[in-house]
Amino acid sequence: MATTSKASGSKGPGGYKTKRVFGRIALYFGATFFAMFAALPFLWMVLTMFKADSDLYEPNNNPFLYNDPPTLANLDLLWNDTSYRTFLLNTLIVAVSVVVITVIAVVPAAYSLTRLAGRWGESLGILIFLVYLVPPTLLFIPLTGVVADVGLQNSKWSMVLVYPTFTIPFCTWLLMGFFRGVPWDIEEQAMIDGYSRIGAIWRTVIPVSLPGILTVVIFSFTLTLHEFVYSLAFVQSTEEKTVSVGVFTELIRGDVYFWQALMAAAALVAFPVALLYNYFLDRFIAGFTLGAVKG
Amino acid sequence: MARVETRQLTKQFGEGIAAVDGIDLVTADGEFLVLLGPSGCGKTTLLRMIGGLEQPTSGDILIGDQLVNHLPPRARQIAMVFQSYALYPHMSVYNNISFPLKAAKLNKAEQAQKVQWASSILGIDMLLDRKPRQLSGGQRQRVALARALVREPNVFLLDEPLSNLDAQRRASARDELQVFQHEIGTTTIYVTHDQVEAMGLGDRIAVINQGQVRQLGTPHDIYEDPADTFVATFVGSPPMNLVDDGTDLIGFRPEAIELVDQPEGYDSSSWLRLGLGDVREEYLGSEKLIYGEIEGTRVVARVAAHLSLPVAEGGSVPIAIGRSSLRLFDRESGLRRRPERPHVTSIAAEEAPA
Amino acid sequence: MSAPPVTEGRYMLDRERVLGPLFLLPAVVYILALVGFPLVLAVMYSFSNVTVGDPRIDEFVGLDNFRAIWDDRVFRGALRNTIVFTLISQVAVLILANLLALVLSADFHGKRLVRFLVLLPWTTPVALGVLGWFWMLDSVYSPIDWLLREAGLLGPDTPLGPARNMYWLAKTTLAQSAVIIVHIWRTLPLATVILLAGLTAIPQDIRDAADIDGAGFWRQLIYIRLPLLIPIMAVAMLFSIVFTFTDLTISLVLTRGGPVNDTQVLASWAYFKGIQGGDLAQGAAIALFLLPVMIAIAIAMLRLARRSGAEERD
Repeated sequence: MATTSKASGSKGPGGYKTKRVFGRIALYFGATFFAMFAALPFLWMVLTMFKADSDLYEPNNNPFLYNDPPTLANLDLLWNDTSYRTFLLNTLIVAVSVVVITVIAVVPAAYSLTRLAGRWGESLGILIFLVYLVPPTLLFIPLTGVVADVGLQNSKWSMVLVYPTFTIPFCTWLLMGFFRGVPWDIEEQAMIDGYSRIGAIWRTVIPVSLPGILTVVIFSFTLTLHEFVYSLAFVQSTEEKTVSVGVFTELIRGDVYFWQALMAAAALVAFPVALLYNYFLDRFIAGFTLGAVKG
Repeated sequence: MARVETRQLTKQFGEGIAAVDGIDLVTADGEFLVLLGPSGCGKTTLLRMIGGLEQPTSGDILIGDQLVNHLPPRARQIAMVFQSYALYPHMSVYNNISFPLKAAKLNKAEQAQKVQWASSILGIDMLLDRKPRQLSGGQRQRVALARALVREPNVFLLDEPLSNLDAQRRASARDELQVFQHEIGTTTIYVTHDQVEAMGLGDRIAVINQGQVRQLGTPHDIYEDPADTFVATFVGSPPMNLVDDGTDLIGFRPEAIELVDQPEGYDSSSWLRLGLGDVREEYLGSEKLIYGEIEGTRVVARVAAHLSLPVAEGGSVPIAIGRSSLRLFDRESGLRRRPERPHVTSIAAEEAPA
Repeated sequence: MSAPPVTEGRYMLDRERVLGPLFLLPAVVYILALVGFPLVLAVMYSFSNVTVGDPRIDEFVGLDNFRAIWDDRVFRGALRNTIVFTLISQVAVLILANLLALVLSADFHGKRLVRFLVLLPWTTPVALGVLGWFWMLDSVYSPIDWLLREAGLLGPDTPLGPARNMYWLAKTTLAQSAVIIVHIWRTLPLATVILLAGLTAIPQDIRDAADIDGAGFWRQLIYIRLPLLIPIMAVAMLFSIVFTFTDLTISLVLTRGGPVNDTQVLASWAYFKGIQGGDLAQGAAIALFLLPVMIAIAIAMLRLARRSGAEERD
């Protein structure tokens, strides 16, 4: 970036320096501002998690300090006195099932579009990706009817059924990006060496594409955890709820919010998911850039 | 051991362009046949069709007198080595070589025995534990060959296997490859654009251009008796000189030109005597190239390195070309005219200086 | 004599013509059955009288549902909110994303941490992130209120009013602003990441040439980078608009539709009417208003994809 390495084409050495310093300050100021804006609610969440009731519910207390010592009592409450564990378990079951379905559908589809579909492959791939953009808030009403028709209403399996509708389009496009980088000669070699096409794919293309498949697993996992609309619409009973909806609807006794537990519930899922998503985001961008950006 | 035969084999991609245009080819049992041609001439497509990786638009392929059009690669008893060697990056050298044996459902002991056999022939038995990325280009090439060998196929298909090696390595690799093929004796079809490789390796060469075989013959036939101007100019470096004399194209190789120092040694019944104008010489160490002009066309002569031009750059020298070295080609079609015109007196009215 | 076509059953699965469609089957079936079919259903629902209790389509009622929702003041408000919230937040995102992308394209200490924090609003599940805002803007315990009180801006005899709290989520304008800000907060990381990808894709030689030509930072920015970034900016904004326009979670979790439905958007109102209220037909009709914008966006994206593809072929 111009401010850091090359100076802004100014005249004398004095002009150079001040512009650089000024630019540097602006950079740090900007970085801090955006980081704070983004992270503030989360910082507040984490702070609240450990606050004692006596400290939290005193409006005159400085909210940014632990006026009474921090406590783990809230976490204890969350873990033992609420359905949080049920939510986590349900979420895990749903997520794993969705990942399995997604991988089974996506790997052959992405292969077909990259390798077997010729000129149409690229266009079909984009079309499939656009399905991802069809909003759940448009489909959730008819899908509620469909889910009821197949007898899955109020069950976590309704989510397992429906979630692949967005994980499949997204992950097909993602995996296509990875497949484009596979050297196809080893597949042809395997066919010469004595395997059928499917045998060759299984033994050469799949092992070489494992990073891509792993990224598909991670993204379908995180996309499942992000989902809110469908699970809100399909499930009413506490035992079947997943984390996003459960935390929102259930951590209230009567009209009273257990704030600390609520914040803990949110933070405990939010951060790991964010870490996972963040780590794999770079890989996704690599695939995305190949398609959408003309360098 | 098997013959490979193609009958009117054609491959068309899209409309119009036929990559392979009705090729008829028959290999002899155990021969080393080279498919030679410039990039895009169709030689690789032809090879891939024989291998089963491309479906022909029309025509037949027979391997060992059996029609194989409808058979996938694994059913054709062939082995193929790609230009990139296509070694499985996630497997060790041992597993690369044993891969086809696993497909053939051999047991572990049989696999081990064959891998040992193949790798010792190729001289790579100390590399069996390594991964492909740890190998040099030459080593990878040998692993690819071992993998091809281990199946004991009826036909080897090789797609420019030496082009990824650096120049020094290439000559010795060529030698090793030839020894290897003679020892094993399997029918081999070898694709290359390098005419030196083709001339050095092939029992016969099929010169291919624009999807058609221009000539099929031994290296000697191709070089001495080219079927058309394409073959004449593609093989041989520097290429054959072609001069238009109004009636035909007259061809002669650079080494056929001799510098005349004593005119008496060159009588006109056996020699065509001409003047070479606007000369320039190039010293290459092993030989000298002399560039000049005959009748408006630039030509090249190849002479011994110790000879020197009697004139300065830009001047003219007398030269002589043996009449038996002349090849005549039709001006329009480029095809060879046989028999040669009995007595070409000169290319132009120009007589050599006395 | 030409060879017969591949008919041997043994080798059926080796044929590309067979394998290609076969491999696509699961994905395509899923999409057709659970996206295509529900889309059709949504339209059909809106013209019928289905309810949660009776989801069979047995009667068509013409435009009754549409008339009913149009007469509803709340619906018109929701429609207006959806458009206004999207417009304002996305203009802000456009500007901020460009700034943030510039910041993140430079090197500085702590960059990795900043990047992680900046991406948090997008990488966390929405509902959970918004809960943080929900607590932060609480009517009694908001730390922002506390700060304002300490600064003397809030409380009796202060510019921000005699009350000791702002009631962020309980006052119409404040609640709507809060929703807009949370939308910005949520989609900014997405837009920024896409822009960043575009920024790094600008070849180094163009930047070098500009440097040699003497172009300073601002000049480079305005005349070189921005124009090159416009296609990728369009992509980023299209994505971002989709997520904002069709969002339900923020309105629901932050304000439950607002003080007296003042922060309802199309999606959340469809939920209230269709799922909570049980009137699937009306809910579907409300949600259908999302469709025109979605189609427009889809067309825009296809055009962009085709154009960048065509340029590459030159």
